[in-house]
Amino acid sequence: MKEKKLSGKKLKRRWTKNDTELTILAIPTTVWYVLFCFLPMFGLVIAFKNYKVTGGENFIYNVFHSDWSGVKNFEFLIKSKDLYIILRNTIVYNLIFIVLGMVLSVGLAIMIDLLRSKRKSKVYQTLMFFPYFMSWVVAAYFLDAFLNQDKGLLNVMLRNGGNEPVQWYMKASVWPFLLVFMYLWKSTGYNMVIYLSSISGIDTTLYEAAVMDGANKRQQVRYITLPCLKSVIIMMFILNVGKVFYSDFGLFYQLSQGAKGSIFNTTATIDTFVFNALQSSTPIGMTSAATFFQSVACCITILLANWIVRKLDADSAII
Amino acid sequence: MSKRKDEALSSNLNIISRKTDLVFNIIFVILALICIIPVVFIFIISISSEASIKTYGYLFWPKEFSIDSYAFVFREGTTILRSLGISVLVTVLGTALGVMLTTLMGYVLSRREYKLNGFFTMVVFIPMIFNGGMISSYVVNTQFMHLKDTIWALILPLCVSSFNVVICKTFFRSNIPDSVVESAQIDGASQFIIFGKIALPLSKPLMATIALFLTFGYWNDWFQSSLYITNTKLFSLQALLDHVQRNIEMMANNPSLGVTMQQYMNTMPKEGARMAMAIIIIIPIACTYPFFQKYFISGLTVGAVKG
Repeated sequence: MKEKKLSGKKLKRRWTKNDTELTILAIPTTVWYVLFCFLPMFGLVIAFKNYKVTGGENFIYNVFHSDWSGVKNFEFLIKSKDLYIILRNTIVYNLIFIVLGMVLSVGLAIMIDLLRSKRKSKVYQTLMFFPYFMSWVVAAYFLDAFLNQDKGLLNVMLRNGGNEPVQWYMKASVWPFLLVFMYLWKSTGYNMVIYLSSISGIDTTLYEAAVMDGANKRQQVRYITLPCLKSVIIMMFILNVGKVFYSDFGLFYQLSQGAKGSIFNTTATIDTFVFNALQSSTPIGMTSAATFFQSVACCITILLANWIVRKLDADSAII
Repeated sequence: MSKRKDEALSSNLNIISRKTDLVFNIIFVILALICIIPVVFIFIISISSEASIKTYGYLFWPKEFSIDSYAFVFREGTTILRSLGISVLVTVLGTALGVMLTTLMGYVLSRREYKLNGFFTMVVFIPMIFNGGMISSYVVNTQFMHLKDTIWALILPLCVSSFNVVICKTFFRSNIPDSVVESAQIDGASQFIIFGKIALPLSKPLMATIALFLTFGYWNDWFQSSLYITNTKLFSLQALLDHVQRNIEMMANNPSLGVTMQQYMNTMPKEGARMAMAIIIIIPIACTYPFFQKYFISGLTVGAVKG
């Protein structure tokens, strides 16, 4: 009888004091998760509601007492002429960021690893990592110091050269380049360090063997370093692709000083659109339709990217 | 003897020609300069005199230097000093709370024998791939938890991230052997004692890493303020910087606001003082980060382990 119980232990263990104690330890963080992650997920239903705020009542009461509106909020969103622009900007910018960011940071990581002086390499890394620790608000001040209409360095130089100053913050055509440049400025050092740390984890005997076989440095990079980096590259790729419907809000909003007016076409993304709507008097239902779409699309893309990677190479998938 | 041979071999491996090395070095010097020049530029503006800025604009070599901006910030900038206080308070409280919540959950998930392990793993994992988005978080935080215009709106939403919890779980799994926990249990220690007296003291590098992530996150945050804070007394330094910039834009875009706005503008910090504020934000980061870079990178690499 007792033996039976013991062998059954593997399948169905009794609840012990140990489990109670661990549950108590898990409660505070779980409460946080419920309040700040799962309640907002439930809150996504307001995209299908004609959300009304009743004075003095809390959010859950309001949700249950608002009328269903079906897909009216979505129709509203689809009819709005801005939808195409913000969707295009969000996706296209993200794809450019992913491709350029990856090529640049992998390339630079390999290059910095090859430098003869390790001390210089450390100094470069430290300096290039630095922008990552600046907030976009501060970065916007940096950019403003160069682009400001009256006092910015570029316009001062243009004026000194006898040219007409340019109103950078109203010139839509320069913003794609500025945004890509600033994105790379802030993130390359950080990404480079991630790749660099996996390069330094590569077994040196591989290189030794390659040298024995007469491989030159370029061949070593091509046939050893890059294949060894594959799984990190794929992981970063999945993480970034999963966020393809989210934009780095600070980048688009702070640098362009609001992503509004004449540069809307080249700087507005889903997030800046939602934020601006939240600050104005646009009905909350319509903007929540936009975020609902964003959450679902994000979830689907991350699962899809992971699924594809799993098909190609099961070991590299992260879920 | 063989060691010397090894060294000769390995140095031979890593060698690139002097010419290539020079080209690479030039490229990296340029890139490093691009990364650091904006900070230097802002600093130079902050020590330029107001008159020089007014007549010549922002210059790398101003016609006249002055430390008036910093004097202004410390003499008259009660707003700025209060914001500095809020920033420090939020960062300290948030980091402490965040480290506690993250390590607790990480520890629980690291215990393989725990019955609800699978359930709590899902609790942590689901938010990594699905979330409620900006609007519903905003509605929940303002109408359900009534965080609007409280300091908690700056602290609570940022204090846990699933990424950090996974880092903790991985660390505890590989650094606190099951045998240690089991022997403590045989001696009659509860999980609370094991967590507080064994797990935490053994994981100082982990706590440093998590604390570092959180500190940078809180110090640099302006987004929570712009969503939830309307009371200027609760502005953090970042939010104040953001606010000042936004008002100046509004002024520039609506000249018709006229005299009252002009008067308002006169009470706001001048160009140099704004740049001085930006420098004040950067200084703590610039001073501490070279020391912590190691922890930061180790945290990133640990997090890269499969979750």
